[in-house]
Amino acid sequence: MSFSRAAVAIAAKDLRIEWRHRTAFATAVLFAVLVQLVFVFSRDGASVSLAALAPTVLWVMLALATVVTLNRAFLLERENAALEGILLAPVGPSALFWGKWLANLVLVVVVEVVTIPLWMIFFNLEPHPRVFGVGAVALLAAVGFTAPGTLFSAMAVRTRFAELLLPVLLLPFLIPPLFFASQATVRILADAPMSELSGWLRLLALYDTVFLALATMLFPAVMDQ
Amino acid sequence: MNPSSPPVIEALSLERRFGHVRALRSVDLTVAAGEVVLLVGPNGAGKSTLLRCLAGLARPTRGSVRVCGALLQRDPAARAGVGFLSHQTFLYDDLTARENLRFAAALHGLDSVEQRVMDALDAAGLTQRADARAGVLSHGTRQRLAIARATLHGPAVLLLDEPFSGLDGASVEQLRSGIAAGAAAGRAVVCVTHQPGDVWQIATRVVMLSRGAVVLDIARPATLEGFVTSYNQALAA
Amino acid sequence: MTADLHAIDRIMRRGRAITVAGLLALAGIYVLALGFTPAERSQGLAFKILYVHAPAAWAMEMAFVLVGVVGVLYFWLQDARLDIFAEASATVGMVFGAVLLITGPIWGRTIWGAWWVWDPRLTFTLLLYLLFAGYFALRSALRDPVERARFGAVIGIMGTILVPFIHLTVYLFNSQHPKPVIMAPQKSPLPWVLLEPLLLSFGAYTLLYIGFVTTRYGIGLKRAATEARDAE
Repeated sequence: MSFSRAAVAIAAKDLRIEWRHRTAFATAVLFAVLVQLVFVFSRDGASVSLAALAPTVLWVMLALATVVTLNRAFLLERENAALEGILLAPVGPSALFWGKWLANLVLVVVVEVVTIPLWMIFFNLEPHPRVFGVGAVALLAAVGFTAPGTLFSAMAVRTRFAELLLPVLLLPFLIPPLFFASQATVRILADAPMSELSGWLRLLALYDTVFLALATMLFPAVMDQ
Repeated sequence: MNPSSPPVIEALSLERRFGHVRALRSVDLTVAAGEVVLLVGPNGAGKSTLLRCLAGLARPTRGSVRVCGALLQRDPAARAGVGFLSHQTFLYDDLTARENLRFAAALHGLDSVEQRVMDALDAAGLTQRADARAGVLSHGTRQRLAIARATLHGPAVLLLDEPFSGLDGASVEQLRSGIAAGAAAGRAVVCVTHQPGDVWQIATRVVMLSRGAVVLDIARPATLEGFVTSYNQALAA
Repeated sequence: MTADLHAIDRIMRRGRAITVAGLLALAGIYVLALGFTPAERSQGLAFKILYVHAPAAWAMEMAFVLVGVVGVLYFWLQDARLDIFAEASATVGMVFGAVLLITGPIWGRTIWGAWWVWDPRLTFTLLLYLLFAGYFALRSALRDPVERARFGAVIGIMGTILVPFIHLTVYLFNSQHPKPVIMAPQKSPLPWVLLEPLLLSFGAYTLLYIGFVTTRYGIGLKRAATEARDAE
């Protein structure tokens, strides 16, 4: 059984189910818009400009929307003990992890693709090629968010408090990538030269690599029964 | 029982603990091709745990399980030889019957997926409902789909945990003849049930577990009534 | 796991003895630090909180790093006692973390003029504290002790690898804390009279860590033994 075929089959199955009712997608987008409103209305309009607030809101919104999206990943496998159906097959746990992670990544990126333009509209950011820079950072960050997120969602789902536990476990792990990504975003929006940017991107890529590898290594221990 | 054929599945001194509870204590079980083993015993005797160990879903604390000679814990490919149906169906309610089977085929790395899926749907009498979502199917239909899913890859051994619960008479009959046909074609079957009457006639052997140990392992007696006495004796011992 | 109750009692007695020794040592150091050590030039009396703060930081980091190290060992040896140790170490780490999060702001109020500034080391402590709060939240939601041990080891290992990233993050974020100058080799700005109680305090806190963990470990063993007996 080839690793990639199993991983792709699992990811495709997840996305197909999500496509059927789009609950996670719709909820995450709705949630992201609400987070923006919460920020705008709790801001002191006289002293804090929208432009100054924009990068903060973007990253709070994306981090929280990611957590909302990840909750569904293994809940879906709980109905009819479907996860056991996968574990029964000659598929290694690493392929299972990569399948679930891939589906999460695609879903989070789709949510980003929809919410970043909304954020630009709400925060009066002019359409400009630099938006693609922000998008690239968001993609890198999505990898870093979903790698530990997929691992933790598999653990949290074994308890009765999955939706509560996942953010508590995951958010400390999101602090470094969040910080690197928001620093990069601030510099992109200020049209800073690449030299000021590349350090943050490298840190983000390092975080992605380390935690994707580590989560892949530790996932079999979470599946072991 | 056919002692000449090599064992399809072979469990040696299996022990399984859940935390501090010993669910299985040194269980040996060997099943040959074509055998239909009825696994009985009171609640909490360890029947489901044994089945989960045989399926490779639960790691035995001690002991080993071999499927067609390959060690299940070591060699993931050995899983290809096992089909398992628990009281759960392993189906995704939001996928259609066909999609569920396609997914199972992909997981097992099968070739000519479409043909196999069509054949399986046909054999299970599900061709009409192939594109209905699993969640909307009736209980009996879903159970047939679950069986089709569990046997799609042509496993050498089929493990069944309470496959008849909640099924009506016609569905029971259909499932029973399906199991018998598989066994006739050389498949080894282990079936856990509280209603042994449903499979009595096709069973070849009866194994009884009590408090995590095999207390009885005999060729299937002619009548269920005759077996009840030995069952109660074994339970009292 | 079948360690008999007498052996467990022996472990707990030993743990209590070490704890008492650690507490006595700490009391002695405080008599020394408050009564005999001169006040530091620029910070005055507030400096003396360092004798609690810095060694507690050392003990907390040791406690949490050991949770990760023991997590790796657990996957190798599959021994339930390793998890009992990890839980004990994490618990003690939380206690030292609480000491840090209380003494840090008290010192900060005097020196920085604010209870909380987002100083790297204080922020680092807070993040580590929250990370392990999550560790305990997950543990408490799991009933199967084997699963609890496995998941605990996973979080422990993930957390240990996260530590350097948090370090990096908080240092890049901001630095207002006095730089770690104690062991600077080129010139030691801290005179020996101030340094001596600090070094002794590191020793006392290590002793306290060992004492606490040994006692907690004994409690953990006892609980596991009771659970095992109830399960039979």
